[in-house]
Amino acid sequence: MNLTAEEIEAIRAEAAHYEQASAASIEALKIVQAHRGWVSDENLADIAELLGMSPAQLDGVATFYNLIYRRPVGRKVIHYCNSVSCWMLGAEDHREYLQQKLGVKLGETTADGEFTLLPIVCLGACDKAPVMMVGDETHMNVDRAAIDRIVSTRGGS
Amino acid sequence: MGKPLTRNIKPDGTAASLKECIKSGGYEGLRKALKDYQPEEVQHLVKDAGLRGRGGAGFPTGVKWSFVPMGENTPKTKYLVVNGDEMEPGTFKDRLLIEGDPHQLVEGVAVSAYAIQASTAYIFLRGEYHLGAARLRQAIAEAHAAGYLGTNILGSDFSLEVHLHTSAGRYICGEETALINSLEGKRANPRAKPPFPQVSGLWGKPTIVNNVETLCNVPHIVHYGAEWFKGLSRGPDAGTKLYGVSGRVKRPGAWELPMGVTAREIIEEHAGGMQDGYKLRGFLPGGASTDFLLPEHLDVPMDYGSIGKCGSRLGTGTMILLDDQTCPVRMVLNLEQFFAQESCGWCTPCRDGLPWTVSLLQGLVDGRGRPEDLATLERLCGFLGPGNTFCALAPGAMEPLQSALKHFRSDFEAYLPRVAAAGAAHA
Repeated sequence: MNLTAEEIEAIRAEAAHYEQASAASIEALKIVQAHRGWVSDENLADIAELLGMSPAQLDGVATFYNLIYRRPVGRKVIHYCNSVSCWMLGAEDHREYLQQKLGVKLGETTADGEFTLLPIVCLGACDKAPVMMVGDETHMNVDRAAIDRIVSTRGGS
Repeated sequence: MGKPLTRNIKPDGTAASLKECIKSGGYEGLRKALKDYQPEEVQHLVKDAGLRGRGGAGFPTGVKWSFVPMGENTPKTKYLVVNGDEMEPGTFKDRLLIEGDPHQLVEGVAVSAYAIQASTAYIFLRGEYHLGAARLRQAIAEAHAAGYLGTNILGSDFSLEVHLHTSAGRYICGEETALINSLEGKRANPRAKPPFPQVSGLWGKPTIVNNVETLCNVPHIVHYGAEWFKGLSRGPDAGTKLYGVSGRVKRPGAWELPMGVTAREIIEEHAGGMQDGYKLRGFLPGGASTDFLLPEHLDVPMDYGSIGKCGSRLGTGTMILLDDQTCPVRMVLNLEQFFAQESCGWCTPCRDGLPWTVSLLQGLVDGRGRPEDLATLERLCGFLGPGNTFCALAPGAMEPLQSALKHFRSDFEAYLPRVAAAGAAHA
């Protein structure tokens, strides 16, 4: 088992909330991802063992959801909303600008490992479109100046 | 109190504290339920109040609860699950309630769990709502410490544990049975019904799944009564509703208004009307999975029956506006791309039909359209329509498409190559 004692304890604490431990699968994946940035095959097998699932069962869950990363990502993941209200208010132009600023295409990570750019569906703030999520933080009414500010945090905490 | 749901919502975006919540009558509904009513009486009260589910389908909440087996000889474990997986494009109302007044939701959970005698409740929250998750965690802990959750709540014999379950982003999780599968740690494919979750849901136990806004109404109904709740409305559907507007309006947002307010009042008075230089061409009245309505429908009351008579659905009550400078075909392409991506792939019509729909629409806007494509799109609206798929995702996806083909036909035809279009006209 390659998971840390801290990760194992957090996963077991989550699993205790449910009739069956496998119900903690998403939370367990997110716990490991929070520590390591993404979920490797090796880590996935460890989580599966802890929750009494087969690795295939857990991988079926891990690959189903938009916010679980099965490949390495940058230190910050930028999710730009591509759904209808953001699209109507210029999300495509913003995505082009963001791609230029970062020098990456969708799904790619910057050469310095700082940012990964991914699309996401509606972030639930359509009244403040366009919207982007950077890490855990949602940025609303995004314009070019906001994108400049987000990208300028490169190397910051 | 004309706006019970948003009475504690502060304009600065901070959450109402437990103290503020209590000052405005918070947890009085729970106190009254436990002191004055048997569980079944709370069910009857909610049924009498005419509360209908606010997640989009509009099923009567008290009726849904009445399908749960009650009494001594029924399963000991029952679950209440909060559907907080707000992922329908154009929909952003539950976020307001979760972030602005998390204790209201916790109280709604406690009263509703009492009504069906559930001992455990899970709040299933979409993974992107990080702020909402933090505020709910705090509210659950505070409510527990204050004796509103936990063992022998407020000295009664009712006990309830509430857990926050955050998801990881998939629209299908908002479907009742897919949500249950997801909560069990499985892929979020929908389940066949029957059995219905009210009888056999989470881990085979009786389970009620209710939307956030629905549950937030419940403590107020118990506190102030069914007649008061009905009196909040302007029409046949009881209560208030969180209505919202996004698109090219001056003040996009969400507001708590009497059920039955007109779309015109919402768009022109609350959202400030269209931005200068833009005209309204159409609107999806209740999120991405509803049929387009036209400016001629602006004076129709936004209630379930009235919107239904116009050929659409109230849905989540949060409107997306189409302006005269946005191409309806490209708008529908964006919507279908969303539904195609978010289909779980469990049933063939949805798994194969939605990418086909996207491919045809993309071909049209790329100038590769053929005259017969419009007829194919219309046929797809039938193939993917109600009754042909496992759940409502694909039929919902077809609603904006079928109505756009009807109302904005010339915009679709304008994408057809001229020679082909001319040939078709002479055929």
